[in-house]
Parts: sequence; structure tokens; C-alpha cells
Amino acid sequence: MVRAAGRALLTARRAPDAADPDVPSSPLRPTDPRPHPRPTHRMEGKVPVPSTDPHATGSPTPVSDALSDTLAHQVLGEHPDDPVEAAATRLADQHGPYFGQFGGRFVPEALYAALDELETEYRKALDDPEFRAELARLHREYTGRPSPLTEVPRFARHAGGQRVFLKREDLNHTGSHKINNVLGQALLVKRMGKTRVIAETGAGQHGVATATAAALLDLECVVYMGEEDTRRQALNVARMRLLGAEVVPVQIGSRTLKDAINEALRDWVANVESTHYLLGTVTGPHPFPEMVREFHRIIGEEAREQVLERTGRLPDVVAACVGGGSNALGLFNAFLDDPDVALYGFEAGGEGVDSGRHAARFSGGAPGVLHGARSYLLQDADGQTLPSHSVSAGLDYPSVGPAHAWLHDLGRATYRPVTDDEAMEAFRLLCRTEGIIPAIESAHALAGAMQVGRELAAAGERDKVIVVNLSGRGDKDVATAARWFGLLETGEGPDADVDPLTTEGDL
Amino acid sequence: MSTPAIPAQSPAPATTPAAAPADAPRSRTAARIEELRAAGRPALVGYLPVGFPTPERSIEAVKAMVDAGVDVVELGIPYTDPVMDGPVIQRAAEQALAAGTRVADVFRVVRAVTEHAPHVPVLVMTYWNPVLRYGVDAFARDLAAAGGAGLITPDLVPDEGAEWIAAADAHGLDKVFLVAPSSTTERLRLTAAASRGFVYAASTMGVTGVRARVGDRAEQLVADTRAAGAPRVCVGLGVSNGEQAAQVGAFADGVIVGSAFVRPLLGDEPWERRLDAVRAVAADLAAGVARARAPHGGGAA
Repeated sequence: MVRAAGRALLTARRAPDAADPDVPSSPLRPTDPRPHPRPTHRMEGKVPVPSTDPHATGSPTPVSDALSDTLAHQVLGEHPDDPVEAAATRLADQHGPYFGQFGGRFVPEALYAALDELETEYRKALDDPEFRAELARLHREYTGRPSPLTEVPRFARHAGGQRVFLKREDLNHTGSHKINNVLGQALLVKRMGKTRVIAETGAGQHGVATATAAALLDLECVVYMGEEDTRRQALNVARMRLLGAEVVPVQIGSRTLKDAINEALRDWVANVESTHYLLGTVTGPHPFPEMVREFHRIIGEEAREQVLERTGRLPDVVAACVGGGSNALGLFNAFLDDPDVALYGFEAGGEGVDSGRHAARFSGGAPGVLHGARSYLLQDADGQTLPSHSVSAGLDYPSVGPAHAWLHDLGRATYRPVTDDEAMEAFRLLCRTEGIIPAIESAHALAGAMQVGRELAAAGERDKVIVVNLSGRGDKDVATAARWFGLLETGEGPDADVDPLTTEGDL
Repeated sequence: MSTPAIPAQSPAPATTPAAAPADAPRSRTAARIEELRAAGRPALVGYLPVGFPTPERSIEAVKAMVDAGVDVVELGIPYTDPVMDGPVIQRAAEQALAAGTRVADVFRVVRAVTEHAPHVPVLVMTYWNPVLRYGVDAFARDLAAAGGAGLITPDLVPDEGAEWIAAADAHGLDKVFLVAPSSTTERLRLTAAASRGFVYAASTMGVTGVRARVGDRAEQLVADTRAAGAPRVCVGLGVSNGEQAAQVGAFADGVIVGSAFVRPLLGDEPWERRLDAVRAVAADLAAGVARARAPHGGGAA
């Protein structure tokens, strides 16, 4: 019952500062005096406790074990319906289908059996040492994990003089965190005996990662992509085709990412017996939000260990951009049960929430159902989905993962919009101060971290430790940035007609 | 003949009111299907979207369909993200939304059709978010007040439907859930128990649209769904002409047709010509169900 009390404390901490992000004096939770906080709320009783504990301080577990041992304990013997067990579950181990009032399975009956099969297979796989070893090997030898944690002191001067560390998911193979989830799901596809994968992509990053895994594991691959995006992101289309994938332009609805998901769902309904829908983020029907979180929790587990090793303590602030929310949840997850770590998610404020041209679901949306899950959603008075907008297509999605909606309502994480202008300024700053070109998606997290750092400074705080997820690299965004900053003469360069609204790194 | 009650294994979570009481309200749709069954034929269920091509014309189109032989109407609410619909109905929904159709227009159309043909039950087919946004109980209340018979919910399974089930029971509305060839026996039972009016059997794995042949698995699915406790099972997806209607009507209690009615309305011929085409489709289908002579006249329940 220690755990239940801890949960109640978290819930009760829906503090005014969480509800009103504009109060500059208190961007942090109350400081925990313990220099090396050790989680006291580990699962006990009938749930097997893993032999190594990556959360224990002092002797870090090798991060090369891709799926942490913490995965195993949640797949065995737990019954979410059991109130005692439910109260005892760490936030980090929350089971689907529901995250508070969010999540669920709002899908056609035709998909129900496949989702059940997927859930069963995923839970079995997480408990299978062979599966975990194979995924760990791929992370290590193919992706290049663990990804480094880089301190960026010159950039940090612009963040109120705090200490800023970047979790370098941009250095993964294919250039973003997306590969973590894709490899996990692709291995599941092989276990399920399916031969074909389909995926959605906004402008390419998840599509490229999926095409990559399909090539590696010899799977047929079809990627659905809005027609406009296929034209404007012709290079990413070529990348996917080089990797052997078929790219299908979607010519219905708003011809954007949301319509690509609709088309992928239609394909899945018709071909579910041979086909797996390799969904790219922590949205969609159960078990996707939970499963994709599991495949990304390695981000937070590595970062937690790395920051403890480098600073001797947990960070004060953890920040990430939130489109669908997979990179954010992967990083947040390792800190959810450390109430003294403040969690910030930055969504696309576009041209400003008041302009109506944004993807700020928490500031400008309301709970609703889209693509199989109940979550915060940009919608009109009739429940019709509203178009979203962002300079970064990877954040340009009208809904958000249900776990984020849950963390928002619990007050455990704070979500704020960052405008196109603010993100591009942070993008430029990181390039110039540290020699790192970030994805524009990740630049939203950088801009948000700068704001939080300055608020801390205004409240008299210095040298606070801020960890930012650099979820993707910016190579794909060079043409957009060149236009934004006027780096090319008119008509100069091969990408001069590229639309600045169709980049993608991280949904 | 009374409608079966929802058994105790209803999926309603403890936090919401229990599902139907033992004396569940009588279903007008069920009564209509039973009546036709007694007359030796299955029901013809015709779908058209509200507001397509405009709200006023959608009323004319539905009336034309009914006058030419449709027994039960299925009115679709246009939605921005119709994942169970193929290209024909997607395009119609897009046009309806572009014409300014609002969710509340459905009540006006329901009332107009019900007044025109009081013996024809009018069901509403809708994706879930518009109902959620309107307010589930408020939607049920307003639908009942307009004379509507109930809802068909393509992306709401009974597992997630506790709020709707409670509202439907409170307002005496039909709850038509779907089954698919991939449904397990357990899920057929759950869906049969949660449904009122009929169970909608998807003939094939896929979305709405005209198909050359109706899936082979439809007949088995209907038999399995009956065995799972459903007294009435109608089949949809892919039926577009009288011959297919006769074939499906031989084993189903009703034949559901959508895209075949929508397709002639998408053209740019004069409106009266398009209405004539809808009448012709309805007449062909009506002749098909008339000769189907469903052999299971006594029902499987």
C-alpha cells in the first residue's frame, strides 16, 4: 500500500504550476533531498522480480540489454482488474487498454481478433529471453545503441544557465528514435508468421524506418502517404523505394497523415490475416499505445542511467516534443515514478494557438475518439476532425497518444505549445552553438527547454539538470530551414520548391 | 415476438448502469424484419448518407429509395475519417461535409423519412466521435424524438459501448453491432447479446463498396452468428444488384446495400435522372429479395 499512497501523492500534485504553465516561479516539483533517489515502489508478491535492477543506483546495469528487465515483471501474473494490483502498478507499467479515461479499442469488429492476437504475442515476446536477446542485438549492432547523452554548455547559456543534456536519438540508424519501435514490431511480425507490413507516414521518417526493417527481415512493405507529401517529399519516397517498399499516395480527405492512417486501417481490415499494421507511435487501438511505449522505454532507461552516472543525480527537468508522443513517452517513462522529476511535453503551436493553425491538442482540443483511441483531439463542435498545422509535419497530427492525455489529466506531465517561430529559433541556435542540426520536431523540445530553463533562472535557480530528447536529426529539414532563414538565392538549389510544411521526424 | 434481453455477461463496466432490463423495449426494426420473414422474404436495407449531395436532396433520394422498395433505411452521418468505408461512400461523405451538412441535420432527415413512410424503420449509421461529441444520451434522446429506430456503429464494439447501450435502453433504440468473418465464437456471442434489432454481418474482410461477388464466408458467418444467439442477422458489404441480393437473401434476414445506391448519385446528370437511377437500383434489389425466399422462415432463435 506504500505504492497506493505514492500514486495518490502524484495525483494530488496537480499543483497550480502544472495547471498554469505560465507561472514562472515554480516550473519544478518540490525538490527531493535524496541525492540518489531509489524507487521504493517496486512490484512485489507474485510478480517475478528480475535479477538485475536497472533503476538501482551505484552499479548501473549495462544499457546494452535493450529491453530492460523491467519489461518482464509487468507481463506476468498481473490482473489490471484486480484493484489491489491496479493500485500497486507503477505509472511506468500502466497496462492498456485504458490510461485513466483514455485509450481503448474503438475499431471495427473485423480488427478485434488481430488486436487480440497482437497483444498475446507481444506479451509472450516480452517474456521470451530469445526475443529480447535478438532485439537487444539489433539495437546494439544495427541501430548503434546505446545512444549517447551529450552535454551542450554553449546552448545551455540560452537556457537560463542550467545544465542541458541531449539524449541523442538522432544518431540512431535511420536518423531518429523511430527505429526502436519498428524493429520490435517487425520481430513480432516474424513470430506471428505474417509476411506483409503496412505503415503510415506523414512525410517519411516512420515510413523509411519501416521500409528499413522490412528489408532487413524480408517482409513485403506498403507505406501509405498523403499525395501532397509524396510529391513534396520525393526524396523520402525514393528512399523508401530504394529499400524495396511500395509507396501508395493517398488521394482522399485532407491528403495528410491522418488520411494516410485511415487508408492503412482500410488496408488492414481487408488483409489482416497476412498483414501487420506497423503503427508508428503511441496512439491507435490497444495494444499499440502500451506496446509502442515498451519498445521505446529503452530511451528513458538509458538516459536515466547516463545522467546518474554523469551528474550523480536524477534530472530536474525532462523535456521532449509530442506529436503522437512516442519519443516523449519513451523518455518520460523511466522518470514517471520519480515525482521530483518535472516532465514537459512540447506540442506544435504552429502559428499560435489563437490562430487556429496549430497542432496543440491540449491547449486547443478536447477529448474524443480518433483512430481507435480516446484522447485529446482537435475537433469541431460536431466531432469532425479539424486539420492540424505545424512547420514540422512530424508533430502535425490532430490527436495524441492516450497515455499523454492521462499524464496531462493526472498533472504528472505538463504540456505546452511551442510555435513555429520559437522552434526554428531553437533549431538555429543548436546548429550554431553546438554543431548539431536537429530535426525540427526535436527543436520544439529544445525551444521548450530554453523557456523552462529561463523560468528556473527567473526563480533564482541555477545549474538545474535538464534532459532533452533529441529525437531526430535535421538532414531531412535542411531545405525547409534554408527557405525559412533565406539561406539560398531565389531558385537556387534543388529543393527550392519544397514546401516548408512537409517535413517529418517524429510523430 | 419480443426482443431478447441482454444476458448477464454484458460487457458494461461496473461504473456504468447495467445494460438492458429483462423487459427490453420492443424493436421496430425487429418487428419489421419478422413481418417480412412471415411474408416469406428477407428485408432490403438501403443506405444513403445524410446531406449528400445536400441535406434537402438527401431527403428526396431516401424517399425515392423507399418508394421503390427499400424496407429499412440506414442513414449515414458524414464523417471526416470513415475508416470502414470504401471510395464511393468516402466521396459522398466529403461532398456532404463540403455542402455544410451538420450532425444535427440527421434528425431532420429522420423525421422527414419517417413521416413519409411510417412503416419503414430508420436506423442511423455513424462513426462514434460525432455521437460522443454531441453527448451520447442527448443524441439518443433526440434520435428517439425524431422517430429514429436506433444506431449502427461500425467503429464501436460492445466492449466500448457501455454508455451507448445504457442510452439506447433508456430511449428504446436499436443497437446494431457488427460481426466479421474474423470474429471468434466468444465475440459472436457477446455481439449477439449486446445487439437489438439485428446483427450486422460483414460479408467479407474489407470496407464498403461494390464487389463482383459477395464473400463465400457470409453464409457461414450468418449461421455462426445465429448459433451464437442472434435472432436476426443481416448481411452487408459488397451487395449491389438483384442477383446478389437473391443469393444473400436466401440465408440472411436482411440484405444491406450502400455503395450501389450512392454511386448513381455521384454523377453529374440532372438530379431527376439520378433519382431515377436510385429507383432502378432499389427495384432491382427489391425483386432480388422477393425471389430469395429465405428458407429459414421460422428463424433460428
